[in-house]
Amino acid sequence: MAGSVVLHGMWASPYSKGVELALKVKGIEYEFVEEDLTNKSEALMRYNPVHKKVPVLVHNGKPIAESLVIIEYIDETWKEGPRLLPQDPYERAKVRFWTGFLQQQLFGPMLSVLKTDGEAQERAVKEAQEKLKVLEEGIKGSYPGGPPSINGDNMGLLDIVGCPILGAHKVLEEVLGKKFLDQEKYPRVTSWVKALTELPLAKEAMPPHEKLVGLFQFIRSRALESAAA
Amino acid sequence: MDGVKLHGFWLSPFSHRVVWALKLKGIPFDYIEEDLPNKSALLLQYNPVHKKIPVLVHGSRPVCESMVIIEYLEETWPQCPLLPTDPHERAVVRFWVKFIEEKSPNVWIVYRSVGEEQEKAMRESVEMLSNLEEHGPNKGKKFFGGDGINIMDIAFGGVACWIGAIEEVSGRQIFDAAKFPRLNAWKANFKSSPVIAENLPDREKLREHLARLREKRLSSSTHK
Repeated sequence: MAGSVVLHGMWASPYSKGVELALKVKGIEYEFVEEDLTNKSEALMRYNPVHKKVPVLVHNGKPIAESLVIIEYIDETWKEGPRLLPQDPYERAKVRFWTGFLQQQLFGPMLSVLKTDGEAQERAVKEAQEKLKVLEEGIKGSYPGGPPSINGDNMGLLDIVGCPILGAHKVLEEVLGKKFLDQEKYPRVTSWVKALTELPLAKEAMPPHEKLVGLFQFIRSRALESAAA
Repeated sequence: MDGVKLHGFWLSPFSHRVVWALKLKGIPFDYIEEDLPNKSALLLQYNPVHKKIPVLVHGSRPVCESMVIIEYLEETWPQCPLLPTDPHERAVVRFWVKFIEEKSPNVWIVYRSVGEEQEKAMRESVEMLSNLEEHGPNKGKKFFGGDGINIMDIAFGGVACWIGAIEEVSGRQIFDAAKFPRLNAWKANFKSSPVIAENLPDREKLREHLARLREKRLSSSTHK
């Protein structure tokens, strides 16, 4: 399936990164347009007038927004190459449930932990820990054989979504100077994340650690400043 | 094929979405009404993560989250499709479903809050409607799905059919028919369409129940 594929994204966005991972797993050639989120391109505004956000995939001139929607589109359009979603409808439902959980329930609290301190941070940490516990139990229940999804060396949708969100825990821990993902409390989550971040694709495609540390520190200090103001 | 059971709640829009999808596709199912303050042990076992309805149980396998359930139904029972076949068109429909899922909680925040929190939720709710009015697919057609109902219609139906009762109970007008003529026409089409018309909560019962819940909530909370 030829044609032009352009991805409007941002190097640190886990949503954008998810789409990049999907394109790479499928071996699809694409052009990446790095968006400056403080000065969004006219094209982005035109392609995603409702949200004005990255990522947006433009395939043969037609735009698609929302990372999970884009990834399902990629799976349905490029049928050669590894599957991103399982074939069985029940397994697909499980993947959709957990990817929704990661994006909607876990990512927000993690961001709050980064952007707060004192009591507010304690609350955010507590909420994030509750979500991690749910995820830990969920992996145990839904994927009793071990870390979910990774089929061979290839990431599936759940890995593609989990890697950028959870893989950033090391960055978060460095910036905060304390542990976030406790291996003893969340052994399954930890081993899954470890396996993901060690995949060749993750090593090649994830944002450089130091660069992300710098960005997280900037986000944190700016958030704390405006909270104090 | 294995039997299908749906654990639902008569008041819930999410529960109704799944009922609509099941009936539109002609899938036979058993309905189990959950008494929400006293959730059944089965429900807690089937949805340990969120402990919420709706839960669809196919054979012994539980599926949770209304729109995840509906995609599961679509893939397992392909008759009477609720999604187009073209991948780009499917992506557009799913985009809007995600949009509705993300923005529609604001309508419920209008219902259950007061003051600044309610004002903010009002603004977000009206903006959601504006976006649908202006950008929603298949303008000029009966439904967002064109001539037939699709999953976007079902998703929005779970909002639009509850807004009236929410407005009455909270005293706020979210859906001004004059401002949203397209959505207003859509609502009339949707609510009168055969399967949907037979599967809507009783309006008076809904209003009463929501009024009572709101009263209880506001009097016991420390809302400003």
